[in-house]
Amino acid sequence: MLSYQILSTIRLGIKSLLLHKLRSGLTMLGIIFGVCSVIAMLAIGEGASYEAQEAIKKLGSNNILIRSLKPPEAARQQTGGGGPRGMSLKYGLTYDDAARLQATIPGVKRVVPMRIIRENVRFGRNEVPCQVIGTLPFYTEVTHVDVLRGRFLTDMDELFKNNICVITAGLAQRLFPGEDPMLHSVKIDAFYYRVVGIIQETARAEQRAQAGKMEGQPLDNNVYIPLSTSRTRFGEVLIRRLAGSFEAEEVQLHQVTVQMQDTAAVQTADPQIRTLLKRFHDQNDYELIVPLELLRQAEATKRRFNIVLGSIAAISLLVGGIGIMNIMLANVTERTREIGVRRALGAKRRDITLQFLVETVVLSVGGGLIGVVVGMLTPVIVSLATDMKTIVTLWSVLVAFGISGAVGIIFGLYPARAAALLDPIEALRHE
Amino acid sequence: MSPAVALATPPPAAPQSASRGQAIIVLEAIHKIYALGEEAQVHALRGVDLTVTAGSYLAIMGPSGSGKSTLLNLLGCLDRPTAGRYYLGGEDVSQMSDDALSEVRGRKIGFIFQSYNLIPQLSVLENIQVPLLYQGLDLRDYEARCVELARLVGLGDRLHHRPNQLSGGQQQRVAIARSLVNDPLMILADEPTGNLDSRTGAEVLDLIDRLNRDGKTIILVTHDDRVASRAHRVIHMRDGLIDREVINRAAPTAPTPAHA
Repeated sequence: MLSYQILSTIRLGIKSLLLHKLRSGLTMLGIIFGVCSVIAMLAIGEGASYEAQEAIKKLGSNNILIRSLKPPEAARQQTGGGGPRGMSLKYGLTYDDAARLQATIPGVKRVVPMRIIRENVRFGRNEVPCQVIGTLPFYTEVTHVDVLRGRFLTDMDELFKNNICVITAGLAQRLFPGEDPMLHSVKIDAFYYRVVGIIQETARAEQRAQAGKMEGQPLDNNVYIPLSTSRTRFGEVLIRRLAGSFEAEEVQLHQVTVQMQDTAAVQTADPQIRTLLKRFHDQNDYELIVPLELLRQAEATKRRFNIVLGSIAAISLLVGGIGIMNIMLANVTERTREIGVRRALGAKRRDITLQFLVETVVLSVGGGLIGVVVGMLTPVIVSLATDMKTIVTLWSVLVAFGISGAVGIIFGLYPARAAALLDPIEALRHE
Repeated sequence: MSPAVALATPPPAAPQSASRGQAIIVLEAIHKIYALGEEAQVHALRGVDLTVTAGSYLAIMGPSGSGKSTLLNLLGCLDRPTAGRYYLGGEDVSQMSDDALSEVRGRKIGFIFQSYNLIPQLSVLENIQVPLLYQGLDLRDYEARCVELARLVGLGDRLHHRPNQLSGGQQQRVAIARSLVNDPLMILADEPTGNLDSRTGAEVLDLIDRLNRDGKTIILVTHDDRVASRAHRVIHMRDGLIDREVINRAAPTAPTPAHA
C-alpha cells in the first residue's frame, strides 16, 4: 500500500519533470558531471597509485636495496681532466660491506651481492647486449624468479667458479631462435658459459629502475653467473669503452639486496645500515632504497591525492545541488497554483513536501545513475587513449551515487518545505 | 435516485450524502479577523450564523469586500475562524489542525473553481483521481468509478487528454467530475462560470443543477444574478454579515413545497 503510493508519487514526479524536459535535463547535467568526475578522478588516481605500489612491492617490502653510485665529485674530476687520466676510478660497495651488513645488522636474513656488468652476449652470429649479473644462489629467495627449465645457480657453481650461466626467457628467444639453449654455451667477452637454466623474472621493477642506463634495450636480457666466476673472469677493474676513449672503474659490487626478517626489522635496520656504511665510505658513492618506505610514502601521497580529488568532485556535486535547488524553487513558484489545488483537494503538508522532495531526488538520483554510467566509461576511454591504468573501485561508485542522493534530499528539502508551507488560499489565488 | 450519483462503483468512504433536510453545515457566530500589521486589522466576518441542510442549493452573493470569499474559505475548511463554531456534518471543524482540515477537505468537500484548476501534467482521468490520492487509496480500485464520472460529465471519450487539449467548458466539467469523486457532503463552487461564455456556462450550470436534483448539496459564490437565480436560497453578504436572504421558489430545481 505504502510502496504503491511511493511508486505513484515517483511516477508523478517523473511526469512533472518530463513536462520541462530541457530544464530537467540541464539541471541533471550538474549532478551527472559531479558524479562522473568523482568516479573518473578516483579511478585514475587509484590506477596511478596501484601501478606505483605494484612496482614498489616487487622490490620486496622486506628488502633494503643498496646501489653503488658514481660519486658526483669523482665524475666531475674525470671528465674535467683534472684527475689522473687512465687511472681507474674506485667507488661503490665492497665485498667487505656485504660481509659487514650480514654480520652486524640485527634481523638480517640474507645479503645478496650483485655485480652487474654490461656486456654483449654472443651465440654464433647472434649478439645481444645484456646485463651479466654475478650473484649468489640465494638470489632467488630475495627476488621472485620462476625457473622455467633447468636450474638456478648452486653453491657448487659458486665454489668451483663454474663457467655456467642462467639466462632469462627473453634472452633465450633472441639469442637462440629455433635452438634449444640448454644444449649450448654462450660467449661473453672471451669466455664460454654453458646454459644450465632458463628463468622468468617477475620482478621487473628492479630492472626498470636501471632502464635509464640501458636506453632502448629490452629489459629482460639478463645473464646470471656465479659471483666468484664474475670476479675471476671480469676482474675487479671494469673497462668501459666510450666514443673515442675509455674509462676504467673499479667497482666490487653494484648492488646489495639486504633481506630482513620482517617489515618491522626493515624500519630499525634502515638507520643502522646508513650509519654503518657512512663509517666506511668517505664519499657518497651509494644509495639506499627502502621499498617499504616508498610504499608508505606512495600511500600517503595517494591519500592526499584522493582528498584533493574528492574535494574537487564534492564541490562540483555541491554546485550541481545548488542548481537543483534553484530550479526546484522556481518550480515551486511556478506551480504555486497546483500546490493550492492539491491542498484544497485534501493534500496534507507532508504530501506536498514528499511530492517535491521526490521530484528532486528523482532528478539527482537519475543524474547520479547517468553519472555512474558515464563515470565508469570515462576511465575506460582514458585508459585506451593514454595507456594509463585506471581502477574503478566499488566504493567510489557507491560514494558518488550516495552523495548524489543525499544532495537531492538536502537541496530538495528547502524548496519542498517552502511549497508545503504555502497558505492554500494564497496559493489558489496565485496567478 | 437517478443514476448520476448512484454510480455502479461505490465511493471510497461510506456514502456521506445525508438525508435531505438534515443540517450539514452549522455556523455559529463566526468571526474572522485578519491582522495586517501591528495594529491594522480587517474584520472580514462579524458574527455570521448560517445553517445549510442537505440537498440545498445555496448561492452567496455580495460586493467585493463583503466577506463572501472569506466565508467560502471557511466553509471549504481552507481557513479557521477567529471565533465561533463551525460544524460540518456534525463535526466541529473550527479549531482543527492543518492536517485534520486537509483530511476533512479531502473526504467531505468537493471544490469547483472559477479557473478550473486542473493539474496540467495529468490526464483527464488522473485529474479526477487526485482527491483519492491523498486518502491513501489504491487508485486502481477506483478507476472504474472515475471513468464513470468522466462519462457522466460527457468526457468519456477524452480520458487521456491533457487539460490544455480541452475547451474551457470541458475543463470545468472535468473539475465537476473531480469534485464528485470522493462523494462529498457538499460541493463548493466559486464563480464556476466566471471564465466561460454564457452558452457553455449554462451547460455547466445545468450539470450542477442535475447534481443538486440528485441530492448533492451545492454552495456557490457568484455575483451573476442569472447564476444565483438557479439556487433555492440566495444570501447577500455585506460588511461581514449576512445582509438578507432570499428564498427562490422559482428555481428550476427548487423542491416542491411538500418537501420544503
